[in-house]
Amino acid sequence: MTTLATIRIQEADFDIAHEIAALTRGRSDVGAVVTFSGICRGSENGAPITALTLEHYPGMAEAEIRRHTDEAMSRWPLTGLTVIHRVGRIQPGENIVLVLAASQHRQAAFAAAEFLMDYLKANAPFWKREESATGTSWIEARGHDDDAAARWTKS
Amino acid sequence: MKVKYFAWVRERVGLAEEMVEPPVNVRTVNDLIGWLSARGEAYAYAFEKPKVIRAAIDHTHVKPDAMIAGAREIAFFPPMTGG
Repeated sequence: MTTLATIRIQEADFDIAHEIAALTRGRSDVGAVVTFSGICRGSENGAPITALTLEHYPGMAEAEIRRHTDEAMSRWPLTGLTVIHRVGRIQPGENIVLVLAASQHRQAAFAAAEFLMDYLKANAPFWKREESATGTSWIEARGHDDDAAARWTKS
Repeated sequence: MKVKYFAWVRERVGLAEEMVEPPVNVRTVNDLIGWLSARGEAYAYAFEKPKVIRAAIDHTHVKPDAMIAGAREIAFFPPMTGG
């Protein structure tokens, strides 16, 4: 069975219900869809922010996500995968990222969704700049994101 | 080869991308960082902490000791903060 992941990088918002339906429509072998959606918080390290602006590396971002979805497909019995990452200016409460993992059973779907998010955080070429009342600044990477990705490395 | 800069590396250099022709003794990514840093204050500022800078050759993450021979596009950027 060949399953190709859907990968999109876009400025527009996404409709989660619509994306789930795209993974299940017309088939009866899907028993689980795990959804992770990342949402813009209204504060960063306790200080209020007014918006995030997301920059990415066109070409590499898609390629890096594709490498990770290929890896997820090879590690778990998935019936579908969707990764949507927004770029541009995003305000608190708005969606940033969506990962959907579909499978016959929940374990593979949970694991694949978590694996993909851990890898996206640490390795996908996106950068967040925050806007606040005091100006703009680039958000610093967190060491625990690298640690979260590293735990999936096969020994 | 084309060099691209992203996020605060781009802002500090003052360019999103440029074509460069480093001399043959510039063999690795780390060599290239050193060579670029010597081009002016903006580059020196962008690369002042080379251990923080991440690099990619032709859309694939690489380590500082990666050879640059044959690369079409090399990118420099801070640690990633997507997701």
